[in-house]
Amino acid sequence: MLRLITIKLLQAAPVILVVSILAFLLMSLLPGDPAVVIAGDQASPEAIAAVRHSLGLDRPFLERLGIWLLRLAQGEFGSSLMLNQSVLSAMGERLPVTLSLAGLSLAITLPVGILIGSIAAYYRQTWVDSLVMTVALVGVSIPGFWIAILAVILFSVVLGWFPSSGYVPFAQDPVLWLRSLVLPASMLSLFQIGFLARMTRSAMLDVLSQDFIRTARSKGLSEWVTVGKHGFRNALVLVITAMGILVSTALGGSVVIEQVFALPGVGRLVVQGIMARDYPLVQGVMLIYGFAFVAINLAVDVLYTLADPRVRYD
Amino acid sequence: MAAPLVSLDDVTVQFRTDRGWTTAVDGISFDIAERDCVGVVGESGSGKSVTALSLLRLHARGTSRFPRGQVRFGGQDLLTAPERDLRRIRGRDIAMVFQDPMSSLNPVLTVCDQISETLRLHQGLDRATARRRAIELLDLVRIPDAARRVDDYPHRLSGGMRQRVMIAIAIACRPRLLIADEPTTALDVTIQAQILELLRELRTELGMAVMLISHDLGVIAEFADRVIVMYAGRVVEDAPVDALFRSPRHPYTEGLMASMPALEGGITRLYAIPGRIPDPDEAIAGCRFGPRCRHAEAICRVAVPELLAIEGRHRVRCAPRTRATGGL
Ligand SMILES: Nc1ncnc2c1ncn2[C@@H]1O[C@H](COP(=O)(O)OP(=O)(O)OP(=O)(O)O)[C@@H](O)[C@H]1O
Ligand SMILES: [Mg+2]
Repeated sequence: MLRLITIKLLQAAPVILVVSILAFLLMSLLPGDPAVVIAGDQASPEAIAAVRHSLGLDRPFLERLGIWLLRLAQGEFGSSLMLNQSVLSAMGERLPVTLSLAGLSLAITLPVGILIGSIAAYYRQTWVDSLVMTVALVGVSIPGFWIAILAVILFSVVLGWFPSSGYVPFAQDPVLWLRSLVLPASMLSLFQIGFLARMTRSAMLDVLSQDFIRTARSKGLSEWVTVGKHGFRNALVLVITAMGILVSTALGGSVVIEQVFALPGVGRLVVQGIMARDYPLVQGVMLIYGFAFVAINLAVDVLYTLADPRVRYD
Repeated sequence: MAAPLVSLDDVTVQFRTDRGWTTAVDGISFDIAERDCVGVVGESGSGKSVTALSLLRLHARGTSRFPRGQVRFGGQDLLTAPERDLRRIRGRDIAMVFQDPMSSLNPVLTVCDQISETLRLHQGLDRATARRRAIELLDLVRIPDAARRVDDYPHRLSGGMRQRVMIAIAIACRPRLLIADEPTTALDVTIQAQILELLRELRTELGMAVMLISHDLGVIAEFADRVIVMYAGRVVEDAPVDALFRSPRHPYTEGLMASMPALEGGITRLYAIPGRIPDPDEAIAGCRFGPRCRHAEAICRVAVPELLAIEGRHRVRCAPRTRATGGL
């Protein structure tokens, strides 16, 4: 296992390098001159040149890239222009919100998505299957922001069950924390559940038609054990592969959801950064998300080998 | 004679296809006595597996049905028994070994898991006892180093070993009937012989009845007490093994024997029955073997022959061959 993790880490290294370079290129490829943006429209050419010099933009391309990578290697992710704060500390403040949101959303998505996907597979080609799959299709097709706004109108404005916006830290009041997140997390889950249910269904359909399922039945096992143990343990291998995508889309989707529910998370920070043309901030967040995705995929690979005894790196 | 262990009576299985319901197995009747070994032979597609699966009602649900017939076991009809009763019989009274040991074991569960599952379910053993018993069973099916092998996953075992594990699972609760559906077809020849030998030994050791399915008459000749010959979803001949090999009565059985490589004495030219087995929903007037039969007469193309006894326990479904006796 240790060996596997080492191998995977070594494989991840070039990916991390590419992500770093891409984040750097983003800055260089964006339309407009960052120095002009930062210095302001009315700035004199001298002022712009000064900003450009302080950002190091007047140096040759490769030299800038080298400096960028060198600073990254030292854990230096730059500073936000609009917040007068380092990117890391700005993210550190908002990360708990986003992680709470994404975590709660996954906690809803996993059981629901897997359950309804399995049910659809078990009752394949019946009305149950059609119903579940239609709902799942609606889930993946409806734009997240639109359904989120409708949900706010219904549950917050009309029924008054949940707050329509704002966030309460867990440490302050766990109950209010949960209340403030249930609605946004559910909205974030809609797409995810639809996606996971479809993945699970096709994985289960494949597994349930295999010979060993007939063997399980021939032993006298109940349908529940046959499908839940023999079927699901095999489908899990395929579902785990989907996990990486789930976590990634949860983080991605949180950008929109945080905006709709005015949650002070990383997604909202990025949107603000883009609006304010705070290039170092956007770049830094992108980079950290990039690293996070690499880490997620690593974790998925490890889980995958744990779930499937046929995959062994030895 | 004592009541048979299992009795199939007019068992008919239909599957749903694009063209409606097709009859894969049509009016199968035969008995399996306690401790008896019944061999079932027939070409691929003749309905052997479908018949075997109906003893445990293991066909895909929703797409299969039984318009007629019964499988009587312990005072119950297994074709209509509630699922709960059936689950108590599966794996405990009647167990099954399938053709392909590669795909019949669950790849993500250990051998120990897969054997103890049955023991814990039907005999209520606790985990530790079931594990000990699983090791004993692996010993019983002659797997070397059973105590270590028990924790392996199926992919670490060879084909022959996997089939031994399948057999261990099947005999775990000492079933009264073991159904083995072509248990050696997917294995190479030397392993085939070993597995058959194992089955033979276990059969005497455990005193169970066996239903052995094969398309290899040689295997059947060695193993079975009684032989059921199937063709196109029907039983065409049913006889004690000696009688069948001494004097096969159905032209199809004769054809099968002629196409068997001789065990001793020089090289013989292998005979192949001309034509092919009809699809289940292919319309054929009269005898379904008629179009391929060398001895077909006018009557064969008109009347569907009955399965009639010609002497003792020898039954044949062939109009010309049963005419003399008119059935007993
Ligand atoms: N699930 C099913 N749906 C539709 N038709 C089926 C199904 N299972 C079997 N059949 C049909 O029933 C007939 C008998 O099949 P069966 O598997 O019993 O043959 P077999 O004698 O076991 O052959 P083999 O030696 O190849 O195993 C075949 O024509 C097959 O196409
Ligand atoms: Mg078969």
